[in-house]
Amino acid sequence: MENSLNLAAVTFDGVLALVLLVLAWQLLRSPNLFKAIVLFISFGLMLSLAWVRLKAVDIALAEAAIGAGLTGALFLTALDRLQRNNQKAGDSLTSQPGKVIAGISVLALTGILGWTVWTLPPFSDQMLALVSSNMPISGVENPVTAVLLNFRGYDTLLEIGVLLLAAVGVLAVTPSAVMVADSAPSPILILLLRLLLPFIILVSGYILWIGKYAPGGAFQAGAVLAAGGILLATAAVRFNLSASKALPLATGIGLLIFLLVALATMMLRGNYLQYPVAHAGTLILVIEAAATLSIAAVLVLLFVGVKSDADCPAPGEDSKNFIFEEENTIK
Amino acid sequence: MTIPLLYALVGVVLLGMGLYSLVMYSHLVRKILALNVSGAGVFLFLVAAADRTSGPLPDPVPHAMVLTGIVVAVSATALALALACRIHQVSGTTQLTDNEPD
Amino acid sequence: MSLTDLFGSFLLLLAIPFFWGGSLGLLRFPDIYTRLHALTKADNLGLGLVVAGSILISKEWTVGVKLLLIWLAVLTASTISCYLIANAARKRKINPWKIP
Repeated sequence: MENSLNLAAVTFDGVLALVLLVLAWQLLRSPNLFKAIVLFISFGLMLSLAWVRLKAVDIALAEAAIGAGLTGALFLTALDRLQRNNQKAGDSLTSQPGKVIAGISVLALTGILGWTVWTLPPFSDQMLALVSSNMPISGVENPVTAVLLNFRGYDTLLEIGVLLLAAVGVLAVTPSAVMVADSAPSPILILLLRLLLPFIILVSGYILWIGKYAPGGAFQAGAVLAAGGILLATAAVRFNLSASKALPLATGIGLLIFLLVALATMMLRGNYLQYPVAHAGTLILVIEAAATLSIAAVLVLLFVGVKSDADCPAPGEDSKNFIFEEENTIK
Repeated sequence: MTIPLLYALVGVVLLGMGLYSLVMYSHLVRKILALNVSGAGVFLFLVAAADRTSGPLPDPVPHAMVLTGIVVAVSATALALALACRIHQVSGTTQLTDNEPD
Repeated sequence: MSLTDLFGSFLLLLAIPFFWGGSLGLLRFPDIYTRLHALTKADNLGLGLVVAGSILISKEWTVGVKLLLIWLAVLTASTISCYLIANAARKRKINPWKIP
């Protein structure tokens, strides 16, 4: 059985657990914010290893792309904006009595939760049996995709709505919809884009397709595509969000397609989001494809929204989407 | 002590550490980092609880929940960071101040 | 344990000093350029040995091709990011460390 005490596995898991705790402790108490964020990125990567050890490969893919990579990039751009004028990011602890009370309360909470975890029943098979017995009507062969897009499709619908809401929120708060780089992008970065972008699009499509049979799916594919989009944004001299026609369409299309499918199933069969068994696989693929585009567009929007700063010209000064340095050079 | 139990306990400790840092530090970016660490702890507990099956396959429902959770966490982090930058732009500090109502 | 398994495990063990040296260099080297040098050693050669060992241990050629592609992608990304970091450091006038 997988949970038997194999010495090598125990050592590896013990070391990984220790590394996770030490990294979290160091990143939370480090006075230098840049160091804390870099430690957070490595914490995210170690967490991906923990997901693989817990047999959650889909989550490992998503964590490495979104949790470690994208969140780290967001933190670093926010830190750059905050520290542009002063390099010190000082922070202060609250007064001593507050510290003691907070410490005791957190210790009590952790103790109670730990005791609850310790006394959980060792086996819990009901949901797995329920999912496995319903796999033939789900239209896919990967149980996580089946749960995500068929059995609990309503949660995923709302989640895409939450993504859209976050994008709208970031755009409402960002001072300028135009992101301007400090200097022209290096030609090496443009070379990297030329090499990697087709590869990224191919890998994203592959992960989307393979989500039916093996770990993968819309979220991981959307995250990979967003990584390509963010690379593109960092290489652009000027990125004007409000001049783009494709970006708002891509952002909204995931939720739109999902809602259309939901309404269609409601009108034709009487139950919201209950797919007809013969077409469940195709419907899931269509929804996942639209969701991939949507997730990628939203993540790129979030990144550019956090990156844009006040000393950028207002939108409307030019109608181009973004300009590369090489368009001005003679080939 | 099985492997999933170890990770579940690590998750609980991470939740506690993140909560303590959330309360203790006043710098906004530190609070957001602490929230992310707490979130990672909660996800660890969920996935470890999913591994408690008697066969080789884990329970896929918590996996789907955590996948949703990771994506929602990143969008919440992005919104929080945008708000923190806006607060810094408007008020000049990176900490929330106690404003007496006028 | 067949011969290819043994040789593959040996290649995996050979990668350990590269990763260890890369981490040690990150912690102990004096300036950013030398640290980048240590890190990319771990990325290129260390990962290359791990990939070579894994290809030998896994007997299918499809897995081998995928692993090779992964190594090429990491090579490209790590060398280009190393150049970009060093370029940015140069622009901020961080001078290389000289022997005192």
